[in-house]
Amino acid sequence: MGLDMIRKAFRNAALAAALAAGASANAAYDVDILPPASPIAQQIYDLHWAIMWVCIVIFFLVFGAMFYSILKHRKSVGAKAAHFHENTTVEVIWTVIPFLILVGMAYPATKTVLDMKDASNPDLTIKVTAFQWAWEYDYLQDGVKFNSLLATPRSQIEEWERKGEQKNPHYLLEVDKPMVVPAGKKVRLLITSNDVIHGWYVPQLGINQYGIPGFVKDTWFKADKPGLYRGQCSQICGKEHGYMPIVVVAKAPEEYAAWVKEQKANSPQAAAPAQVAVAAAAPAAAEDPNKKWSLDELKAAGEKVYAANCAACHQPTGKGMPPAFPALDGSKVVNGPKAAQLALVLGGKQGTAMASFARLSDSELAGVITYTRNSWGNKTGEAIQPAEVKAARK
Amino acid sequence: MSAASPAHDTHHDDHAHAHPTGLKRWLFTTNHKDIGTLYLWFALAMFFTGGVMALLIRAELFQPGLQFVNPEFFNSLTTVHGLVMVFGAIMPAWVGFANWLIPMQIGAADMAFPRMNNWSFWLVVPAAILLVASFFVPGGAAASGWTLYPPLIIQQGISIDMTILAVHILGASSIMGSINIITTILNLRAPGMTLMKMPLFVWTWLITAYLLIAVMPVLAGAVTMLLTDRHFGTSFFNAAGGGDPTMFMHIFWFFGHPEVYIMILPAFGVVSAIIPAFARKPLFGYASMVYATASIAILSFIVWGHHMFTVGMPAAGNLFFMYATMLIAVPTGVKVFNWIATMWQGSMTFETPMLFSIGFICLFTIGGFSGLVLAVTPVDITIHNTYYVVAHFHYVLVSGALFSLFAGAYFWLPKFTGKMYNESLGKLHFWLSVIGFNIAFFPQHFLGLAGMPRRIPDYALQFAEWNMWSSIGAFIFGFSQLLFLYNVIECIRSSRKAADNPWEGADTLEWTHLPSPAPYHSFETAPVVK
Repeated sequence: MGLDMIRKAFRNAALAAALAAGASANAAYDVDILPPASPIAQQIYDLHWAIMWVCIVIFFLVFGAMFYSILKHRKSVGAKAAHFHENTTVEVIWTVIPFLILVGMAYPATKTVLDMKDASNPDLTIKVTAFQWAWEYDYLQDGVKFNSLLATPRSQIEEWERKGEQKNPHYLLEVDKPMVVPAGKKVRLLITSNDVIHGWYVPQLGINQYGIPGFVKDTWFKADKPGLYRGQCSQICGKEHGYMPIVVVAKAPEEYAAWVKEQKANSPQAAAPAQVAVAAAAPAAAEDPNKKWSLDELKAAGEKVYAANCAACHQPTGKGMPPAFPALDGSKVVNGPKAAQLALVLGGKQGTAMASFARLSDSELAGVITYTRNSWGNKTGEAIQPAEVKAARK
Repeated sequence: MSAASPAHDTHHDDHAHAHPTGLKRWLFTTNHKDIGTLYLWFALAMFFTGGVMALLIRAELFQPGLQFVNPEFFNSLTTVHGLVMVFGAIMPAWVGFANWLIPMQIGAADMAFPRMNNWSFWLVVPAAILLVASFFVPGGAAASGWTLYPPLIIQQGISIDMTILAVHILGASSIMGSINIITTILNLRAPGMTLMKMPLFVWTWLITAYLLIAVMPVLAGAVTMLLTDRHFGTSFFNAAGGGDPTMFMHIFWFFGHPEVYIMILPAFGVVSAIIPAFARKPLFGYASMVYATASIAILSFIVWGHHMFTVGMPAAGNLFFMYATMLIAVPTGVKVFNWIATMWQGSMTFETPMLFSIGFICLFTIGGFSGLVLAVTPVDITIHNTYYVVAHFHYVLVSGALFSLFAGAYFWLPKFTGKMYNESLGKLHFWLSVIGFNIAFFPQHFLGLAGMPRRIPDYALQFAEWNMWSSIGAFIFGFSQLLFLYNVIECIRSSRKAADNPWEGADTLEWTHLPSPAPYHSFETAPVVK
């Protein structure tokens, strides 16, 4: 199609201009929407270029006239001012024509809006819950559930004192466990949040939907083909808003089935779909819940959980960032009765950034609480067992 | 327009009661020119305050990684930058122009309520202090974005209460100012100054004042609900108690969208004064300009949902707000066409006010186009809350509202001060501003299209190049503004006397009937407008 060629030419011209501006060989001077990877994203892409062409043409017509006037109708070239100051015909024309152009634009846009809103008959439904600052994906039919966190190490991010290490190629857009979906299938997302408003935004799939605490909103996508699509939280959600990436991996349906099987094998509690409801109340723990752990085992496991879930606010040093994010080192709660700390971690604290961490498994919570009670200056010498966490969930 | 000569009015300088001098003069003044001056200097100070925050933001975003500020402080910077620029710089600057110009342009002696006028200004100052001081309280300044969305805002400390109080005070000040302006325009016009003879700046401010009265109480209601949610156990925006965070967004944007027109309508008035003056040709389509302004104001009440396409409104909601938003392009287009038709076959010269006005038309139109792109719901969804939106509203608010403020300042400085500003320096200010502005903000369209969210202190590597350019442009733009400050001060101190009407084509009352500088009390006897 001719339009596509013009588009390519436009893009190449922009690229050439960018290169001429002294861009290095691998510099990213993107000027367009990312390549669409779902039918809706394709419609968005086309709509964007349609409206852009309308704008570009009008821009050159209108400002062509203005700059012609600026060149010709200036006092320095001897122009004498005319005296007209209205013309009803012209004024009606330039009111009606833009109106008609807009009606022409609204028609295809309306079709896309209706398509976007039609989340009926999905092949698969995933519940997405946003947290400060991670995503939880709950595969309602397949009984798989996990958290997805930023995988970029803090040492690449923080450069206050010295230059950070070499950054990963997908710096800030990489996660520990991506959302996996079957390509070519209609995936319905039920999006909500556990604390503040977040935005689940993956541009190549044409999705940007707020997760709103207390409400569940739905949207859908169908990845055209296997691939990996990256996105980020789109709505400011506190200090780690910039560190809440999304990765969606679309696999061929057979590979997806294999992935689901593998996930279930690692997550016995969620094996049977009938147990999903139970699993929601008591998140997966791969280990035997009655096993007794040693203090060192718990501390070692807890350190990882702390780095992933707690360190952003309470800091790796346990010093926090008072007053918004209090220190754990020397804290009255952490050095006080363990039941109180457990209750706080499970329930969160209303009116503060401290969210409920009930989504973590019993062993993860046991580990992280033991870790905080026996790190830095805190020396309670107490270990919290997963069974105690389980009991406290009641 | 009337028979009275400029010299005639100089003798009206009123000596019936003594003018207080020094601090007392400014603290107790009820003179519209003094109060206008206070507003303008205040706005300029806040403009530089917000500008420093913007430059801190751009310094942090110069390259990926965290180099200067931590994420929490970064969020405070974006939030307070927005609040300070909207409520501290742009709005007070327009009120300053309104104070100076409206009485002179309609042939009135002063504003209708001079004492309330004084109070309107002196309320703004403590509000600004509250906003800026909130950086220094435990927990740091508001860090939720200027939209103050709950529940995020509920999590923060005392700075939120300071911000809410500041918004209340500013709202009260705006409402009083608006009542004053409406009353002045409707009641104090000189004989013969019918509504459809009023300069467009007066018209646009009349409509703006109605918008303010309509929406400031709505914002006050929204932040009051935030306050009671925070401290008195209510659950307006908390689902656990039967409330809804989305409701805040609806209420906020019912205020927020008219708010953008509050900042841009007076700009239309200024440009509609300057283009004819420098084209030496009457404004094309005066009546349609008035009707277009009114249409934009009315439409502004039914488009708020376009800020919320990603909330998950029903299809019918999305479609309604898309259509309504697209409609705004029609009256806005009429205005642009009218300005160009005014220039057509004129006899143009390009002094600084004209340059800023032409810059306004070009760049504001780019902001209008990106607004049209954003109005298309599906396209909005892919760029909502990205840098595309940041680029869009800076094209509208910086190259729109701010550029026309500069245009107005250069245009009326001779009338305000009685001195001529330095033309070459003004032109240099214009060109550096235009170039710096475009380097700063045009690449942000590309960043948004590529999916870079706004309000993030750090970003993925593919966004590095355009961000670097954007930061370079921002610094050029930021430092160029010092030229303006210098030019204004130099103008006031210079000995270059300005003529009563230094512009060949300017024909409103302040130019035709008053000397430069305009006397402390003008039009004690109303001129007769034919």
